[in-house]
Amino acid sequence: MASTVITPARHYLNDGYGITSWLLTRDHKRIALLYLAGVTFFFFVGGAMAVVMRLELATPAGDLVSDETYNKLFTMHGVMMVFFFLIPAIPNVLGNFLVPIMIGAKDLAFPKLNLFSWYIFIVGGLFSLYALVAGGVDTGWTFYAPFSTVSSTTNVIPTALGIFITGFSSILTGLNFIVTIHRMRAPGLTWFRLPLFLWSTYATSLINVLGTPVIAITLLLVAAERVFHFGFFNPALGGDPVLFQHLFWFYSHPAVYIMVLPAMGVVSELVAAGCRKPVFGYPFVAFASVAIAVLGFLVWGHHMFVAGESVYAAMIFSILSFLVAIPSAVKVFNWTATMYKGSVSWETPMLYAYGFIGLFTIGGLTGLFLAAIGIDVHVTDTYFVIAHFHYIMVGGTIMGYLGGLHYWWPKISGRLYNEGLAKLSAGIIFIGFNLTFFPQFLLGYLGMPRRYHAYPPEFQLLNVLSSAGASILGVGYLIPMIYLTWSLRYGRLAGSNPWGAVGLEWTTTSPPPTENFSETPTVTWEAYDYGSPVEGHVA
Amino acid sequence: MWTGTPLFPESASTMATRVDTLYFFLVALTAFFSLLIAGLIVYYAVKYKRRQPDSVGAAIHGGLVLELTWTIVPLLITMVIFVWGASVFFAMARPPDETTNIYVVGKQWMWKFQHLDGQREINELHIPVGRPVKLIMTSEDVIHDLFVPAFRMKADVVPGRYTSIWFQPTKPGRYRMVCAEYCGTKHSGMTGEVIVMDATEYQTWLSGGTPEGSLAEGGAKLFASLACNTCHRPDAQGRGPVLEGLFGKTVTLQSGETVVVDEAYVRESILHPSAQIAAGFQPIMPTFQGLVTEEQLLELIEYIKALHSVPQVQTR
Repeated sequence: MASTVITPARHYLNDGYGITSWLLTRDHKRIALLYLAGVTFFFFVGGAMAVVMRLELATPAGDLVSDETYNKLFTMHGVMMVFFFLIPAIPNVLGNFLVPIMIGAKDLAFPKLNLFSWYIFIVGGLFSLYALVAGGVDTGWTFYAPFSTVSSTTNVIPTALGIFITGFSSILTGLNFIVTIHRMRAPGLTWFRLPLFLWSTYATSLINVLGTPVIAITLLLVAAERVFHFGFFNPALGGDPVLFQHLFWFYSHPAVYIMVLPAMGVVSELVAAGCRKPVFGYPFVAFASVAIAVLGFLVWGHHMFVAGESVYAAMIFSILSFLVAIPSAVKVFNWTATMYKGSVSWETPMLYAYGFIGLFTIGGLTGLFLAAIGIDVHVTDTYFVIAHFHYIMVGGTIMGYLGGLHYWWPKISGRLYNEGLAKLSAGIIFIGFNLTFFPQFLLGYLGMPRRYHAYPPEFQLLNVLSSAGASILGVGYLIPMIYLTWSLRYGRLAGSNPWGAVGLEWTTTSPPPTENFSETPTVTWEAYDYGSPVEGHVA
Repeated sequence: MWTGTPLFPESASTMATRVDTLYFFLVALTAFFSLLIAGLIVYYAVKYKRRQPDSVGAAIHGGLVLELTWTIVPLLITMVIFVWGASVFFAMARPPDETTNIYVVGKQWMWKFQHLDGQREINELHIPVGRPVKLIMTSEDVIHDLFVPAFRMKADVVPGRYTSIWFQPTKPGRYRMVCAEYCGTKHSGMTGEVIVMDATEYQTWLSGGTPEGSLAEGGAKLFASLACNTCHRPDAQGRGPVLEGLFGKTVTLQSGETVVVDEAYVRESILHPSAQIAAGFQPIMPTFQGLVTEEQLLELIEYIKALHSVPQVQTR
């Protein structure tokens, strides 16, 4: 550690200046940063909607914004967060940056396709933003028919088109990752030597490639019914509204795993580096990702227990939903067990990993309430569901994303951020998050429906707590924006391996050269080989 | 102002206690595992905190016994929850044989209720305590969802279909009823009250209104004014099937399939007559789509149900 840390003379950030060197780049690392700019922008757009919603809900009466505006706010909050932040964030920012480096490759298999994917993503996002600016859309991010096809008078088509277009970005990126991981691994880097982040990225890519076409088709059907009055979903035209829900959730439930699997991969990396030892039960954690991806396709009907599904269909979807909980539980236990006899770091990335494991555990366990049909009847479509999936999406995915961003930031930027501020904001986010969403479990069981612009006065205290938490959470998210940006210029130099971690990405310089490695590495070691002389013993 | 903040909903139906019991079991389970994981994380983070900057952890790769334990134990626990949750759901899905039936039509943004005796209500539902009540529901426009938190009961109200829920209120009172499926601008205003009354009060309420006659009587008038009776005659001489005694029976279709004559089949037969034609009849019936409202359909269904009990051929 005594050697002087210097910036490499040549790296991907100084390999060309000017706007075209970025907008026409084929370097996966630069494209990752383009995505970082994109998803951060959409995150703050979606976050701004949430702020106004929580302000409105601080009082029982619908007094701050009109019901119409409120409905547009929660719709756009959902659309922006799900399709333009949660789904692309980890795969397209961290995945793009890391997949080639982690396997010792120069770039993804199809660099031009990768750049094209970013443009598709941006065009899709702009379509949806246009829908917002041109008056908004009020269907909810779920677009339930026949409301979306017959009743709503808002910008359904531009929004749906935006999501449709962005879907191609997901498919192409998924394809790119699959081919890259199959074909471009460095000599000696067998499947079971891969970092677990790549297993989860691979599983995510499979869902992206197989699932995304279904949502694309579904949205086309909505558009066709809306414009040409084809009777797919509207019973007055001979359609079936429940068919829409089957098609929608056939993609959108696996999409939940698109959002959370990459975060699980990040956490595996954080835990291994944070404890400086192999992830406990590597093959179990790896195959748990694959199991989640496969089982995730078989549980969509649990969104429809009260939608007129038959009792027996409900039973089957219920039992499958319990089964998909098992691989998630296996992961949680393995991460926790990894800490046993570790050299456990208290640095920021690890704080996020702790936060993820704890909040994901609560999110996962509350999922069991929803899988138990008898309880689901009472709590579905209430704030209980809102709380549950925000524990997974915000407590899980965003914690994982921020943890990953902090962990790899020195590699991405070549600089260190302010550790004190980073710890502080991680703490603020953890407290703000729980204060925002825990009261919503209680509200849900009390019977407060979701998507309500006004509510009975006796629910105010819990709503005020939630709104207070949201404002704390908002501050927590702004602080990293500031110190990470600041660190780009003023941060201390990181050196190639500031965490003392293993993994190919830490063997190259920070920032890495455009071609990642001066020569292709040959891998002769297992994943997370910290070379401890002490062999531990465990049952 | 916040002294009346409830943290748990009122329980006012026979199902509520069953749902709550399972809920408390799951809350305990969630608390146990969350605290276990959180406790282990904190304990390990303190105990194994990195002391020297270059220290590494023990090279432990895993343990099969542990992996099997934390796969199988959660599996067994979740299967217990599955069976428990499914049995509660079965009870919810199976109404008792004798129920007080009430029809519900949802529309943007109100609830309309039709009692069999003819009383109609909007956003208010009067029901007797201690008796099972079944709601048979449909929507005029988009999907709604009728949810009574105090009964722990909800179901989507879907256009073009009949869905139903049942509950048995256990104590008189006024309970909030809300729409739980987003249905447009005034969704959060689509609320009302269920008023559970004791038996005598309920009888007073039933006789207090000025109903235009029972639902079945309304249906009988429609049946005549829409000229249904020219083809559907009680004497098997008409061009359409005899409807007397038909409801609840199983009929054979032209395709050879069989279908139970329920609310959905009657509804479809009125709106899309050629979709499922009974064997032995010609597809000559015109559609009544657009000619009858959802509420009139319910009157016709109730009329056909009432034909169930009358003798097949009346002497003239």
